[in-house]
Amino acid sequence: MGLILSLLVQGVQMALVVALAPVLTGFVRKVKARLTRRQGAPVLQPWRDILKLLRKEAIVADSASWVFRAAPYVIFAATWVAAALVPTFATNLQFSWSADLIAIVALLGLARFALALAGMDVGTAFGGLGASREMLFATVAEPAMLLITFTLALAAGSSQLSTIAAAMAGPEMGLRVSLGMALVALTLVALAENGRIPVDNPATHLELTMVHEAMVLEYSGRHLAMIELAASLKLLLSLSLIGCVFFPWGMAAPGDGVTAHLTAAGLWGAKLALGGTALAISETAVAKMRVFRVPDFLGVALMLGLLGTLLLFVSRGL
Amino acid sequence: MPPVDAAALIAGALLALGPAALAFGGRARGAIHAAATLLCLLAAETGGAALLTGTTTTLTLPIGLPWLGARLALDPLAAVFVLLLGLGGAAASLSSIGYYRHDPAPLRSLPFQPPFLGAMLAVLLAADAFSFLMAWEVMSLLSWALVMVDHRDAATRQAGFVYLAMAAFGTLALLLAFGLMAGPAGGYGFDAIRALPPAPLTVAAILGLMLLGAGSKAGLVPLHVWLPLAHPAAPSPVSALMSGVMTKVAVYAFLRVAFDLLPPAPWWAGSAVIVLGAGSAVLGILLAVVEADMKRALACSTIENIGVIFAATGLALAFRSGGMPALAALALSAALFHALNHMAMKSLLFLGAGAVLHATGTRMLDRMGGLIHRMPATAALMLLGVTAIAALPPLNGFASEWLVFQAVLASPALPQPALQMLVPAAGGLLALAAALAAAAFVRLYGVAFLGRPRTPEAAAAPEADRATLAAMGALALLCIGAGLLPGLVLDLIAPAARQLTGATLPAQAHQPWLTLVPVSAARGTYNGLLVGLFVALSAGLAAGVIHRTASRRLRRAPAWDCGFPQSLPDSQYGAGSFAQPIRRVLGRPLLNARETVHMPPPGDPSPARLTVTAADPAWAALYAPLGRGINATAAYANRFQALSIRRYLSLVFASLVLLLLGLALWG
Repeated sequence: MGLILSLLVQGVQMALVVALAPVLTGFVRKVKARLTRRQGAPVLQPWRDILKLLRKEAIVADSASWVFRAAPYVIFAATWVAAALVPTFATNLQFSWSADLIAIVALLGLARFALALAGMDVGTAFGGLGASREMLFATVAEPAMLLITFTLALAAGSSQLSTIAAAMAGPEMGLRVSLGMALVALTLVALAENGRIPVDNPATHLELTMVHEAMVLEYSGRHLAMIELAASLKLLLSLSLIGCVFFPWGMAAPGDGVTAHLTAAGLWGAKLALGGTALAISETAVAKMRVFRVPDFLGVALMLGLLGTLLLFVSRGL
Repeated sequence: MPPVDAAALIAGALLALGPAALAFGGRARGAIHAAATLLCLLAAETGGAALLTGTTTTLTLPIGLPWLGARLALDPLAAVFVLLLGLGGAAASLSSIGYYRHDPAPLRSLPFQPPFLGAMLAVLLAADAFSFLMAWEVMSLLSWALVMVDHRDAATRQAGFVYLAMAAFGTLALLLAFGLMAGPAGGYGFDAIRALPPAPLTVAAILGLMLLGAGSKAGLVPLHVWLPLAHPAAPSPVSALMSGVMTKVAVYAFLRVAFDLLPPAPWWAGSAVIVLGAGSAVLGILLAVVEADMKRALACSTIENIGVIFAATGLALAFRSGGMPALAALALSAALFHALNHMAMKSLLFLGAGAVLHATGTRMLDRMGGLIHRMPATAALMLLGVTAIAALPPLNGFASEWLVFQAVLASPALPQPALQMLVPAAGGLLALAAALAAAAFVRLYGVAFLGRPRTPEAAAAPEADRATLAAMGALALLCIGAGLLPGLVLDLIAPAARQLTGATLPAQAHQPWLTLVPVSAARGTYNGLLVGLFVALSAGLAAGVIHRTASRRLRRAPAWDCGFPQSLPDSQYGAGSFAQPIRRVLGRPLLNARETVHMPPPGDPSPARLTVTAADPAWAALYAPLGRGINATAAYANRFQALSIRRYLSLVFASLVLLLLGLALWG
């Protein structure tokens, strides 16, 4: 019974994350539009775009190789697997033990690696520009992410996300300064990873500071749909990760019944909406920064991660 | 036949292939490399079998010092490295069959390459200080001869000189280390050294000397400067051997002394190794990011991986001195696993770089481009190699780095607060190195293999020969296998971990779905097989569903590039431009990278110039002052060259008096 339920939870989550990811993106756009007193496109518009793109023919540059055509599927698959392994509404995912937080971050790294290579494949200046900047951001974001993982693992005694979530929801985990630092650091890293303002602007086109859009410039049709879907999935994953680690309330535990799972799923949706609104507000209020300010921005995350770890040691020593 | 006898026979046969090459001349090169391949496979089989049984066998040969003989032993630690050497050597020898086919002067490399393998095998088997140092020196000299194959190039001669100087320095440090270990009684066999453990401070001194001796061969910062010069200068199969195997022999030497011959070292010795390792990882890969030469970039990445291995070794030393054998076994297994993985990945990449060098006639990344269209098989195998070395799942590089991070995450168990603070920072540095590695290899692969060809040579590059492709394919299979089933590899090297730390990881083969469980299931687990399967299934599912239900039409068209018409291939991002952001952010403080723009005055039609300089800080900080000091001393000593007979006699007299005075005071 437990096995069937956790398999079911795993399957439902895999389907839900794909179904909800474009909705979340549409929701953020809608809130941003409303904040600037525009009507905005419907929340389902990203889904419509993706379905439209899927039906169109794909145009591939003459100089592109098979890497260019395979990359969208690798990017989507790696992001999807990563998103499927982050506990969203229930901690009893059937396969959560197959990858801990380090491995989930590395899966996102695999997606980024494939995207950067695809950007270089056609042989245009824009693609290389985006790839080289993306790798620069990753260079600072990844150590920051590891130090955040370190803080969490130290506090929870495990790098396994379901265990971390359970420990964070537990009664012995009080408010801690280092966890606050980890939250801020994770938020900064998530903004950079998803190419949101102030690091990159997902709505721009043909701007010298664009990063993600520069890499996917040559994509069209189903390939572009896969990449857009993967980008939405990544945003959903980041918000779910922050939710499951720092706000793990109301998640269904192993052994809970169906109603508990349904409530937990509703609560997860509320968390996503809250996170999306916060993102939209911050994107409306903040301006994008120059490319070479981004390492400083992420350096703050790095330092916060390190400080959080050291503070944990100090507080344990006392 | 006991495994050690078999291994000794193989080493002897490999050494004998050198004179055989001289006897038969260049005509027999294919046969000789094939024989070396077979012997290496046999060595791998011997090492693997010895590991599976987990036994130690010894042998005394009546050679070497006349009244003592040479003592050999094959224990689990040596067996891990014999396995590594056998696999790496077999791949390099196999590729040599094709690589040297059009070599006009085969006798420059043929008599040295198989004996080089034999000498490395002899280092692994040696069980007394004399045989060890003898084999070590033979290994150094043979590899020097192989570096000098292309001796007409001034840069190669320079590389050979630097390598020879560093090798001599390293051997000197090893000689002193073994002298300290042998103690006043002069017991020079490894068992005699084990029986008489030295005092704690002597232990630290020996470890310091070993770091100099083995670290200079392995390429540990700041003793790494010869490595980016010498490894690429050699023919590519030799580069693969030097980076993939010889650096691991140096790691073996350090492990042998630090864990087997010496008692647990003080904790700060472990912390020094961690700092050196993490520092090497970051500096090495940063050099790789800014390097314009493909093979040199690969050599710089070797420094990074050696740094990762040494950082894990340092963690193992720290856990061992803290009395935590299980965690020491975790860190040590991570180091051994990464050593094996790095052999496979780096040999694969160097063999591929050799194929590219053959096809395009250049090592400069900015003269390549678009090779994936002309060399599809090489490009596919290289893509696997760069994904593995960039530490991405589900390949082997990630599996071992993940284990290293698990060892880092276990650091709160350490008793010393200083180490508790240091290890997370070192973990951050290792993560930085891993992220930089991804950048370095996106750049290497993207500039060389993707995009459009930048030169006519790159546009007409032929595919690699079949022997090289077979060797690369075998190494790629190793990368995939070790990445998907890391548990089996860890079980295989478990006897070595037990020999050195007295503990092992939990048996991995019995875990459900072959999941990696380094400490316990609650602490963090990783399953490469499932992750790989999930990614492959999801990608296949997505592609299948879309092609079946939505659209599978495809049209080829000129690149869009925001509406710009297709420009010159030189307008693509090149090696220098790709590295620019990282060079600017990290290269400025660490490599003293500078960019100067020379703008002609208004009205002057001459082109503007951008000059970029970046230098390895070790040269300026350490070697340039050293060189100046030696020159100054030599200039000073030159004054004693042409003295009158009177002054020489008074010098002799003065030194005699000084010596007698010293003797009187000493006595």
